[in-house]
Amino acid sequence: MSIEIKFPQNSVGLVETKFFDINDEIELESGVKFDSITIAYETYGELNETKDNAILLFHALTGDAHAAGYSSAEDKKPGWWDIMVGPGKTFDTNKYFVICSNMLGGCKGTTGPSSINPKTKKPYGVSFPVITIEDVVNVQKKLVDFLGINKLYSVAGGSMGGMQAMQWAISYPEMVSSVIVIASTSRLSAQGIAFNAVGRNAIISDVNWNNGNYYESSNAPDRGLSIARMVGHITYLCEEAMHKKFGRRFQNKDVPDFTFDVDFQVESYLQHQGEIFVDRFDANSYLYITKAVDYFDIQNKYNSLENAFSKTDAKFLVISFSSDWLFPSSQAKEIVNSLMKIQKDVSFCEIDSPCGHDAFLLEHEQQERIIKSFLNDIGGANE
Amino acid sequence: MNSHYATSQGLHVNYEIISDIIEQKTKVLDLGCGSGELLKLLKDKKQIIGRGIDINQENIIKCLEKGLSVVQGNIDEGLKEFLDKSYDYVILNQTLQSTVSPDFVVEEMLRVGKKVVISFPNFAYWRIRFYLVFNGKMPKSKILPFEWYNTPNIHLLTIKDFIEFVQKRDIKIIDKIYMTRAKIRKSLFHRLFTNLFTEEVMFIVSK
Repeated sequence: MSIEIKFPQNSVGLVETKFFDINDEIELESGVKFDSITIAYETYGELNETKDNAILLFHALTGDAHAAGYSSAEDKKPGWWDIMVGPGKTFDTNKYFVICSNMLGGCKGTTGPSSINPKTKKPYGVSFPVITIEDVVNVQKKLVDFLGINKLYSVAGGSMGGMQAMQWAISYPEMVSSVIVIASTSRLSAQGIAFNAVGRNAIISDVNWNNGNYYESSNAPDRGLSIARMVGHITYLCEEAMHKKFGRRFQNKDVPDFTFDVDFQVESYLQHQGEIFVDRFDANSYLYITKAVDYFDIQNKYNSLENAFSKTDAKFLVISFSSDWLFPSSQAKEIVNSLMKIQKDVSFCEIDSPCGHDAFLLEHEQQERIIKSFLNDIGGANE
Repeated sequence: MNSHYATSQGLHVNYEIISDIIEQKTKVLDLGCGSGELLKLLKDKKQIIGRGIDINQENIIKCLEKGLSVVQGNIDEGLKEFLDKSYDYVILNQTLQSTVSPDFVVEEMLRVGKKVVISFPNFAYWRIRFYLVFNGKMPKSKILPFEWYNTPNIHLLTIKDFIEFVQKRDIKIIDKIYMTRAKIRKSLFHRLFTNLFTEEVMFIVSK
């Protein structure tokens, strides 16, 4: 028990990633039938007797099931949304049973291109089927069924996580009481797709990518993946945030080198982000997941947003950030306006922030006030 | 936006009056809902299904803390996301004079609401007239506390102006309530000289 004392008081403490094997076959949106899927997930808090206090969280592009707490006593960094998940926090684990799983196609325990194909005993690589956000949600549904939950108190996520939250309300309207969509969109802009395309191109043009077969080689497409990450990080910040963070300053010097080495602080930052990313992420997963994000378009798929949301009676909360140009407020408003048009219960707040898209992971104080109040009132909506 | 307008006592009376007008269990849209006090009152007293719109982030958060459904937005951009006659009441409380296009806002309200409640300070109130005549400066008062250069009240109007406005547009006045110093005034004297002796007014209109 002595190790628990190390962790901050409002932390969920030591947590363990669990695994669930789906036994049935799943038909993917592409028509491909897929079996042998394992889901990595974590849970925090206790499921109550009536099983109606569960909140399903979704990670963004490169996240994982480890949303909160510490994986080991030596672990220095808590889960990716620890600031929001824990006793007394926004997603209060004293009240709610919080679930987070790694998405299908990921590389953090859930079946993805780096997993071993049981039929060939080799990693899937690009023989892994192309997946969509709807497929990802269908796999999560199996996990929620397995946990014995019929109705989720809330589904919540930022960025790509917000797409999954909306897809839940569309695919399983009877299972969702409330939906929290943060810094997200019903469809990525052409500009957003363009940046993802550059990232994928960087990976694919790395000679080490080798058409996706690099798992048994000593050289992975690290160069390509790190460039993809660098491009990503440009889109997560905004001009103002970059200017404040780095300006035109040089890295550890006052005068330039007159070489092509890293000179500017912003270069150094991007390089660092790229380098640390390759240690924790799989290049093929990056291809599959960014493609799923690009394909997501619930306006087109269901003919209109109004049509997409017509079956849900969930209460919606939509949050955007003023300086987020990747998932801009105008796109959040589209979601809000369509929900209002079909007379659904929706609240919307644009949080003033200079942090760009990254704000959804940084601006926790305002989000805490907004989401806590929203979650408090879900019961009323169901009366 | 209600914060542009002063005296909490006046507002309180104002809320009570609106709460008397609104029928039980109706659908109410409050434009420029501020921190949501009126909607909360209506929800508690009249069990309404309410929604608020406000431009200010802090107001939105305060509304959510009261358990209200609220959307951040600019009412000057119109109400295009709302269907025709989808609300029993649309309220614009003490905000008309701060909108950029009052005519557009009122038309939009009438399209969305079966009944529309609009209140505003009457610029023809005798004290305001006296202020201008004797001081020669832009009038200030408890309910209009701002300087000419920083006032959000960019479209001040009088009772006569509003009546002329609705007559030109075939808008029906269902009821009107005159208030002076936070009290409803119904005396004969008041009814004879409403435009002169009314400090603020509330119209219930429809189209």
